Amino acid sequence: MIQVQGLTKTYGDVLALDNVSFQVERGEIVGFLGPNGAGKTTTMRILTGYMPPSSGQVSIAGYDVFTDSLEVRRRIGYLPETVPLYTEMSVYGYLDFCAAVRGVRERDDAIVRVLEACDIADVEDVLIGKLSKGYRQRVGLAQALIHDPEVLVLDEPTIGLDPRQILGVRELIQSLAGERTVILSTHILPEVSQLCQRVLIINEGRIVAEDTPERLTNNLQSGMRVRLQVLNAPEDALAHLRALPAVTGASTSGRGVFDVSLDAPEDGQDPRTALASLAVTQQWGLIDMRTLSMSLEDIFLQLTTTEAVAAEELAEGEVA
Amino acid sequence: MRNVYHVARRELGAFFVSPIAYVVTAIYLAVTGGLFGFILYYSREATLRYVLMHGVSLLFLVLITQVLTMRLLAEEQRMGTLELLLTAPLRDWEVVLGKFLASLGVFLAMVLLTSTFVIVLLRVGEPDIGVMLSGYLGYILLGTSLLAIGVFASSLTQNQIVAAVVGMGITLILWISGALGEFVGGAMESIVTFLPIFDHYQDFARGIIDTRDILYYLSVTVLFLFMSVRVVEWRRWR
Repeated sequence: MIQVQGLTKTYGDVLALDNVSFQVERGEIVGFLGPNGAGKTTTMRILTGYMPPSSGQVSIAGYDVFTDSLEVRRRIGYLPETVPLYTEMSVYGYLDFCAAVRGVRERDDAIVRVLEACDIADVEDVLIGKLSKGYRQRVGLAQALIHDPEVLVLDEPTIGLDPRQILGVRELIQSLAGERTVILSTHILPEVSQLCQRVLIINEGRIVAEDTPERLTNNLQSGMRVRLQVLNAPEDALAHLRALPAVTGASTSGRGVFDVSLDAPEDGQDPRTALASLAVTQQWGLIDMRTLSMSLEDIFLQLTTTEAVAAEELAEGEVA
Repeated sequence: MRNVYHVARRELGAFFVSPIAYVVTAIYLAVTGGLFGFILYYSREATLRYVLMHGVSLLFLVLITQVLTMRLLAEEQRMGTLELLLTAPLRDWEVVLGKFLASLGVFLAMVLLTSTFVIVLLRVGEPDIGVMLSGYLGYILLGTSLLAIGVFASSLTQNQIVAAVVGMGITLILWISGALGEFVGGAMESIVTFLPIFDHYQDFARGIIDTRDILYYLSVTVLFLFMSVRVVEWRRWR
């Protein structure tokens, strides 16, 4: 559904996205996880046709975002990070305008549908400027859904909401997904594990990891990943590796390269020593061994990893 | 064109829920009405010519056109709603044109309200209808090009005040540019002396309709709207 190939974006001299490539299949919910300023918003703005990339190819539903921008925009529902609301309009009037510019034929029906889907029917005549943040976010979502798009792009859909509102919006996103392809960005780790089937971790304009939320969380909790390279690995090398008590998982990409997940160090015993001595005593010809997950950990350190911290951030924001 | 209509309709709605349209219209009618009364009282001539040509009128026209347009694109950028418009299946020119037409609509409504002056004149004397109509045509053409300048100024910034000041600045430069003709001389002189935005208006007020003047105002309008579209496009590339 979404194909991104070698996407690069520079603002003046600043490199915002550096050769980013990924794919999203139809019906998938994919999370973009990364600290602030990692390039999430830039990626989404390019996907939605708001800005062109400096180089690289993006196609959505078979249309190129640059050459067939209007076709792409017809198929995408987009909720930007700052919810684009006309505060002087009523909810109904706003949705009517959004439906009109997106070429929706039966505008009334479409509005009734999204009012219901987003649970905002009770405020349809209220001026948007008078709505609470939670409601505004829902109106923003309603706007993104008004033309029943195939692809939904949501930039930090729960930012600035209180915990109860966050739960509501998450449930909403889950219920909306259905057949749709959804890309959402967040800097809150538990959010992706709840919502997404796949996570792309982005940092400093690069995709640094791609995995299921479960495995990412496991990796995060259980210490480190090590890449081992040996010259003459026996057939049963993987089995040997997995037999080590500290090893939680091992895979190989061939040519003697093994990616091994290890438990976190316990009582001063680094599990890597066991790995190294196995390779040496079995005479595999160890030529390289390095820790893979360090950079990922660094990124995670900058992420908001718990709901509690997210709530704290919110409270701080309100004070400021 | 359907998209232009939708953008314009929303914008018109925004004009009339904000106090801007009412305040501007009220003050506009008060000032031009006062001017009209004074001039009529002292000149005892049944004509709108002096009202339309008066320096205060012209300065005021510059002011209100810039106030009407300063919000159009600047506010969209400040509120982030430009992102909504630019990711909807709208072409950039449809957004700009829709907004411009909305401000033109408000302006025309205001001008229409001054027709009370005409009614007064018809009752107290025998004004030359032809001169009055050509005066109005010129006034509207002048206003239209000033609105286009305002739209352009509004596309440049996300601050409404800055937009208004820039718009007035561009207008004033166009106003005094004729004086430059003496300095440049040669072929440039004929170009520069053609630039001043108010000179082309004087003939209209006297009852002379010259196609060159009409073309001048239409060109200024198209040029500034075109440049606004380019600025909006350029914002995407930044």
